Amino acid sequence: MSAAIDYLLHLADNALVLGQRNAEWCGHGPILEEDIALSNVSLDLIGQARLLYQLVAALKGGDCTEDKLAYFRDTHEFRNYTLLELPHHGPLSGYAQSSLDYGTTIVRNFLYSALMALLWEALEKSANADLAAIAAKSLKEVRYHLRHSRDWLVRLGDGTDESHARAQASLDHLFAYTQEFWAHSPADAAAIAAGIGVDVTTLRADWDAIVDAALNEATLQRPAVSGYVTEGKQGIHSEHLGFLLAEMQSLARAHPNGVW
Amino acid sequence: MYTQSFNVPDSPGAKTVALAPSSDDPALQAAFDTRIDADGRIEPQDWMPEAYRKTLVRQISQHAHSEIVGMLPEGNWISRAPSLKRKAILIAKVQDEGGHGLYLYSAAETLGTSRDQMLDGLHSGRAKYSSIFNYPTLTWADVGVIGWLVDGAAIMNQVPLCRCSYGPYARAMVRVCKEESFHQRQGYEALLVMMTGTEEQKAMVQDAVNRWWWKCLAMFGPPDADSPNSAQGMRWGIKRVSNDELRQKFVDATVPQAKVLGVTLPDPDLKWNAERQHYDYGQIDWAEFWETVNGNGPCNKERLATRVKAHNEGQWVRDAALTHAAKKQARSIKEAA
Repeated sequence: MSAAIDYLLHLADNALVLGQRNAEWCGHGPILEEDIALSNVSLDLIGQARLLYQLVAALKGGDCTEDKLAYFRDTHEFRNYTLLELPHHGPLSGYAQSSLDYGTTIVRNFLYSALMALLWEALEKSANADLAAIAAKSLKEVRYHLRHSRDWLVRLGDGTDESHARAQASLDHLFAYTQEFWAHSPADAAAIAAGIGVDVTTLRADWDAIVDAALNEATLQRPAVSGYVTEGKQGIHSEHLGFLLAEMQSLARAHPNGVW
Repeated sequence: MYTQSFNVPDSPGAKTVALAPSSDDPALQAAFDTRIDADGRIEPQDWMPEAYRKTLVRQISQHAHSEIVGMLPEGNWISRAPSLKRKAILIAKVQDEGGHGLYLYSAAETLGTSRDQMLDGLHSGRAKYSSIFNYPTLTWADVGVIGWLVDGAAIMNQVPLCRCSYGPYARAMVRVCKEESFHQRQGYEALLVMMTGTEEQKAMVQDAVNRWWWKCLAMFGPPDADSPNSAQGMRWGIKRVSNDELRQKFVDATVPQAKVLGVTLPDPDLKWNAERQHYDYGQIDWAEFWETVNGNGPCNKERLATRVKAHNEGQWVRDAALTHAAKKQARSIKEAA
């Protein structure tokens, strides 16, 4: 059961943290249609997170709820990929500020959606029937997210000189974080052994194909990556998650007995 | 979310309207008048007096701008929504407002004004938007109160617009009104739940009601006696119900809702008048209202600057999309050749 919980929390935290990030565009998009699109992506992700947390809460029993899991766990208890918690701009220290950059948003959504389009499909066959059902629903959503982010990746890459340079810079910044996709954590191994989870490394060739085809169309170069592999899914995060959670959890924690 | 129910002229020098060729043909004018008198609809291809077109462009674009600027005060709480359910509801609601902006910009485009022209009017400060969005959202309860009262007031204003004489606007409003009624219910429901919570939560709700009540009454515009342009709007079937009538309707509907909720409306003069069969209410601070309309409210500068920032910083993205589309087209022509 613990294997299932850890694995479900990883999937749920991914969805919540990226949903929270994408919602930052609401009211600030480069064009009204994109404001609406990014809000939609965010809503899908938060919806996925809710279903997964509800499943975890049911497994844990007692007084656990989706909101306890989202609002009353600390940074080191979150199991999301580090990629998903990064702010929408280039590499900066945790407390540095910068404007939202659409290139970063699009590249990240593309890299993650390409993975999840494969992973949700594989998880439709999970031994956990509830997870399989969530996967079926999420697969429909992520296919749209992939189409949206891929279309924009191509527009930005094969657009103006400026947009090409910015998209390439975002790719150079973010690509190294995808190494974490392929590194097994103990929780991954336990979930795979229990038949609940999927061995992501089996999806890698397909992911590479999706990414390479899109980058080729976008006239962008795939960066070579090596070195530090992030460990967000094991609870070791970047400096950015603490700020994200401090903001997200502030009201709920100020009124721990509140009803909403 | 909200259209001005009254005429606020855009600043002098506003030239956002690309006027279609006009005609002084009395037969056309007579046909227009006949259709208006018969409560018929005017469609984009129909002849219309230039003043009618101009009034509509101004009203619809102000309405569209209000939807877009109105995303900011509520968007302010998306990242901090206190539960995942409320977060999802709030994102969906703010997204709806963006959608309303889209329908309305499209409706105004049928009158010959482009979205770029309208946005230019907003960003340069010439075009107005609803003044209610120039007030800050200070606590989470503001989100509920905006749904309940601000959207509630907007619905009062907008339901009559579903019968507006201009077809595209009226049809857009039918859809807008359906969504607004959900917005109002979600706001009221969020407050009902908070009022079952802690003392701090109840105080938060009352505080938000205190700050928004008078602003919402002012949303209906100046008293009828001070609204010289309303008569023309009524004649044209653009405006259907007077400011004071709408305001009274709003007060009468809201008082019992406040009672159920368990909050006090901050007006010592608010009481039932058996003779009129309506609630009497106190004096609205019109001096403060006009100061805010004219740019000197608490958040005018912040709201506008935030819109301008998003637009300017998104320029490279829009440029990329246009350039890519042109490249693609050029390639397909070359392949075909």
